[in-house]
Amino acid sequence: MTLSQLEVGETGVVKEFTDLEMSVKLMEMGCLPGEQVRVSRIAPLGDPIAIHVAGYQLSLRKFEASTIILQ
Amino acid sequence: MKADIRVALVGNPNTGKSTLFNALTGLNQKIGNFPGVTVDKKIGYTTLPDGRKAEIIDLPGTYSLYPKSKDESIVFSVLAEKETELTPDLVVVILDATNLKRNLLLYTQVADLKIPVIIALNMMDMAAKANIQIDIDLLSRRLGVPVVPVSARKVEGIDDLKKIISFANTHALQVEGIEVQAIAPAIIAAIKEELHIDNPYFALQLAHQHETLNFLTPAQSDRIEALELEHGFHSQKAQATETIARYNYINDVLYDTVKTPVTAHDESLSNKIDKVLTHRVFGFIIFMGVLLFMFQSIFAWSAYPMSLIEDLFVWTEGGLRQVLPTGPLADLLIDGVVAGLSGVLVFIPQIAILFAFISILEDTGYMSRVTFMMDRIMRKVGLNGKSVVPLIGGFACAVPSIMSTRTIENWKDRMITIMVTPLVACSARLPVYTLLIALVVPSRNVWWLFNLQGLALTGMYVLSLLSAVIVAYVMKFVLKARERGYFIMELPVYRMPRWNNVLFSMYERSKAFVLQAGKVIIAVSIILWVLSSYGPGNRFEKIEQKYQQPQFTKTMKPDSLTRVISTEKLENSYAGILGHVIEPVIKPLGFDWKIGIALITSFAAREVFVGTMATIYSVEGDADRIDSVQDKMRNAKNAQGKPVFSFAVAFSLMMFYAFAMQCASTVAVVYRETKDWRWPAAQFAYMTALAYGAAFLVYHLLK
Repeated sequence: MTLSQLEVGETGVVKEFTDLEMSVKLMEMGCLPGEQVRVSRIAPLGDPIAIHVAGYQLSLRKFEASTIILQ
Repeated sequence: MKADIRVALVGNPNTGKSTLFNALTGLNQKIGNFPGVTVDKKIGYTTLPDGRKAEIIDLPGTYSLYPKSKDESIVFSVLAEKETELTPDLVVVILDATNLKRNLLLYTQVADLKIPVIIALNMMDMAAKANIQIDIDLLSRRLGVPVVPVSARKVEGIDDLKKIISFANTHALQVEGIEVQAIAPAIIAAIKEELHIDNPYFALQLAHQHETLNFLTPAQSDRIEALELEHGFHSQKAQATETIARYNYINDVLYDTVKTPVTAHDESLSNKIDKVLTHRVFGFIIFMGVLLFMFQSIFAWSAYPMSLIEDLFVWTEGGLRQVLPTGPLADLLIDGVVAGLSGVLVFIPQIAILFAFISILEDTGYMSRVTFMMDRIMRKVGLNGKSVVPLIGGFACAVPSIMSTRTIENWKDRMITIMVTPLVACSARLPVYTLLIALVVPSRNVWWLFNLQGLALTGMYVLSLLSAVIVAYVMKFVLKARERGYFIMELPVYRMPRWNNVLFSMYERSKAFVLQAGKVIIAVSIILWVLSSYGPGNRFEKIEQKYQQPQFTKTMKPDSLTRVISTEKLENSYAGILGHVIEPVIKPLGFDWKIGIALITSFAAREVFVGTMATIYSVEGDADRIDSVQDKMRNAKNAQGKPVFSFAVAFSLMMFYAFAMQCASTVAVVYRETKDWRWPAAQFAYMTALAYGAAFLVYHLLK
């Protein structure tokens, strides 16, 4: 299951990434394996999404969220 | 100014770094460029408690030393390059106390460069409100460096920070964090040995960034590249390993120093606001409302200061006329330099107001929500959520809007935004449109409600947005992407705007505009003045002599005689001759040589059109009387005795003004933002081509 499949309000724990380049950027922003993430909202047009991670809100596109595999 | 100690400010975006910089330095700051790049360099000065003077460099906000935009790449260069005029003696890392974990990543990287470091723990008031408890002494002991709690917004703790800066050690005190050597042992050892570097993290950063660092010689960079191949160094893998190691270390540090409640108070309030502001219906309605208010204000609030500036210049011109002896020098100074200067300064109110709004929208965190909402639509046409702001701002003026594209990290998205922003119908086109529409479109209502003239004007505005979107879509395929586009962005907690920052932003942007764009505008104004005031050979003298003859002086009134003389002089001036020269080119668009002169002078600024028309058709009274210009233009007949400004010509002319890049300020600012003449040149070329094509098409369709 990937982060892009979560509905608003659902939580998951990051397991690994499918894209190395994207993972480097995401991990810098505190989105690391073992970290809990919660989808806080989806943009009015369905993309991008906003997640709650490491104590703050991060927005990312659906495609980017699909590179994050959850436990 | 010579300083005793140089301090660099480093921190994540949205941590209040600029606020701290302003609190430390006040108005005692200047903006320049870092050598060789377009990034703004902000330097300020402050006096320390011991009387020494400290130079403070505000480095661009970044989440790590691995850069994602041009702005960010400066941070490592400045910190790492030895013995330049920017090398800091001390780094103040500013951390957001409400989000220490992510903020500490950058700190641990900077600390590993072994430069003396101080931590300024900002937003302590917000952390207290959110019930986040931080054991500052323990944190300081864990890291081995001074930690100063501050609240930049409330100007609290600034004196303490200055005191700590003045006591700061010249040696790095920070304790060892992660084991850097273990990330890539072979390459680090090799670079350390070959380039005689002591610091392992510096060596590792060179391995990552050697291609973009200016201070390495090409030979050094090539050598590092060879070493990487030899030792099988993989930049992204090493970076991932490093980041994970750093977060493990940070978790250890924070384990018993910070206590965070389950849900932060501010976050939940922010969440409630977000539910409304990014709502699928209300979100867009509110955004439209904000924009509408912004435009109304830009026009309404700038009207008075703009007329004040104009009055001031009229007064100055009058004063100078009396003081200076008449002659070409006075004319050049007054009609060329002062007139050009007034053309620049008159835009300041609009620029200042637009930037006040942008700064408020950014400060409060609303801008990132707009970006969040609009990204999907904008991406379809090759733009980015962040392009919304400059495009909308383009309705007021392209100049500040192009300056505001700096928030777009992605190079391609930013370039496309810069290239299409001048297509949006700016306020300078308004007088041209209203004059021409009033001339050929009857003022009559259709479907009871809509005035035909109003519909025509609305059509021009809609056309401008459409053309910007279409050109952006085409450029999406023309421009090659330099990097992969992504949209990983922090949505900061909503906050009240910091009014000081708003004022600083208004002041800074206006100053940058006057200094940079001003030079070009004045130069162009002077050239235009020379072109329209002088003619080749003794043509002007001949005109003077001709009208001194009795058949003119006897039969004509003195002021109408002056008008006829100046009209004939204009025709024989270099500008007039140019108008005749380009007549064959613009004839297919339905334009004659007089319109040609207006087109040429309009390349300085579009609003010059009305003034030039006024001069050419030698209107009685002042150039601002649009009615009389309109009458003269309506009565103007061509050689066949038909009106010059037919429906087809007027619309062809409007098309030309809609698309052509007739604005010296925009050309100047595009150059300033891209630091490459090819961008404004390409923009000028494509827009002129588009203008010619559209005008040609419209003229022949309507003829």
